[in-house]
Amino acid sequence: MPDTMPESPRDNTMDPAEFARRIRVHALRMVHRANASHIGSCFSMADVLAVLYTRVLRLDPTRPDDPDRDRFVLSKGHAAAILYAALAERGFFPPALLDDYSRNGSPFTGHVSHAIPGVEVSTGSLGHGLPIATGLALAARAAGRPSRVVCLLSDGECDEGSNWEAILFAPHHRLTNLTVIVDHNKIQSFGRVDEVLDLAPFADKWRAFGWRTVEVDGHDLGALEGALGAPPDPEKPRVVIAHTVKGRGVSFMEDRLEWHYKSPSAEQLAQAVAEILGS
Amino acid sequence: MRNTFVATLEEIAARDPRIWLLNGDLGFSVLERFAEKHPGRYLNVGVAEQNMAGIAAGLGMSGNTVFVYSIGNFPTLRCLEQLRNDVCYHGADVKVVSVGGGYAYGSQGYTHHALEDVAVMAVLPGIEVFVPSDPAEVRAIVAAVAASGKPAYLRLSRAGEPVLDPRPIGDVRRVRPLRDGSDVAILASGPVARAALAAADLLAERGVSARVLSVPCLKPLDRDGIVAAAAGVRLVVTIEEHIARGGFGREVAAVLIGEPGHPPLLTLAVPETDPGKGCVAGDRDALLAAAGLSPAAIADRIRAAVRSPEGPAREGRPP
Repeated sequence: MPDTMPESPRDNTMDPAEFARRIRVHALRMVHRANASHIGSCFSMADVLAVLYTRVLRLDPTRPDDPDRDRFVLSKGHAAAILYAALAERGFFPPALLDDYSRNGSPFTGHVSHAIPGVEVSTGSLGHGLPIATGLALAARAAGRPSRVVCLLSDGECDEGSNWEAILFAPHHRLTNLTVIVDHNKIQSFGRVDEVLDLAPFADKWRAFGWRTVEVDGHDLGALEGALGAPPDPEKPRVVIAHTVKGRGVSFMEDRLEWHYKSPSAEQLAQAVAEILGS
Repeated sequence: MRNTFVATLEEIAARDPRIWLLNGDLGFSVLERFAEKHPGRYLNVGVAEQNMAGIAAGLGMSGNTVFVYSIGNFPTLRCLEQLRNDVCYHGADVKVVSVGGGYAYGSQGYTHHALEDVAVMAVLPGIEVFVPSDPAEVRAIVAAVAASGKPAYLRLSRAGEPVLDPRPIGDVRRVRPLRDGSDVAILASGPVARAALAAADLLAERGVSARVLSVPCLKPLDRDGIVAAAAGVRLVVTIEEHIARGGFGREVAAVLIGEPGHPPLLTLAVPETDPGKGCVAGDRDALLAAAGLSPAAIADRIRAAVRSPEGPAREGRPP
């Protein structure tokens, strides 16, 4: 680990801002080392993950199979690096293992893998996470378990019809233990969302489908905690549309499509780390 | 078959609280009895097979044993990637049950004919694949997969198929002899086993003695049972209500090819559909006859193959 990042406490008492800085730096180093993609997608959701893993999800890294745990399903599985980093910081495995990201023979695949402690579901093909999360929520309710199920979608993957099947289903079955977060960074794989396939009026669509719909600044940690930590709605599943910026936290990556694909050079890495740690 | 399926599942669910039954808005007059007995573990997901498969995976990941039920291609091809990634890759305990295998939906037309499903499902990692020929096999299969803890595909026919043999079924993953014979071994996958038995009767009238076996489990295939069934005969015949590519006959061929001096193999299957041509209406028997799979056509093709000095023709078009 770098000098600038001392060992983190292995519990959820960490400050979410500090957690967010740490996982961004981890993810940067991971994708740089692996010459991997998707750092922009990681950074738009870094603050969401920080709030989830420090303030919201009830998890015990020493008991990853606790049947009463909360479940987090990352449906945008291409942002695996930042989830692995969050799980390491949360204490599911030593952060040193993040060096194995995308390495030959390592379990840390480029799209998120359930072989990694703390990962509930492998994803990577878009439109899969929410139906699975819906099944997890149904199972928890049927078994009388207190688990909450949180599923994070990208905005681009809201093009997938399978998501809308689940979006129709969950309110009908009053799955109040299900929360969806949309990382609405307005850029999808090959262009801007409003140019490729416009989702607007996005929040209205969710409301019309019967969801308790909340819009927040996805980089405002307090607002995220307020939206995600609130008690469940008595009737409806909840969606938190997090307005985010792709590449958030690094000046030359912010709102730039190419950082869906590019990996930072050594020089860019140094500058990016400096910006994050200086923030 | 479908009634035996739901009756058996209902019984097992009464003693196993992990059992769930989901359907994609199909199962009228069949599934209601399960819904009435176990309302908390029954769910009509709606006409949404991708969501159904994902939900089943989530339920399965939570320790449940989940049966999903719909017609032929809908719970299989329509949500294939969910079955591959969400169910099989995670080892979720999900059983895909399709009703109306092969031409069972007859005149309903092409969309309702499941002719490639077995091949497609069998390539999924870690899944077991079952194609029962009669209600007795259905009962044994449901019991076996409910306890297996792994994904399975169960291809049902419809309703009203007779039990082909009253003797109890031991291990449903093994071949099931239905009739003895010495010249030809007919291995049948699914309800066409009944046509195979009828064909064997016709062959007997013409002096050809045929043994008939049902093979209810395609994956894992009972290799020893296949090899034993093929021992000492002049011809091995496979019959399936499915296209040949990727199907039962190919699996049997892969077993026999490794056996020195194995008998020749005749694969009887449904011809691939001609692209662009509409499929004709017809009840199941008519469609099977057009595919060369009526008892008379089966008997004729077998007789021709047994008599041919060059051995049997490859599957090809029906005569």
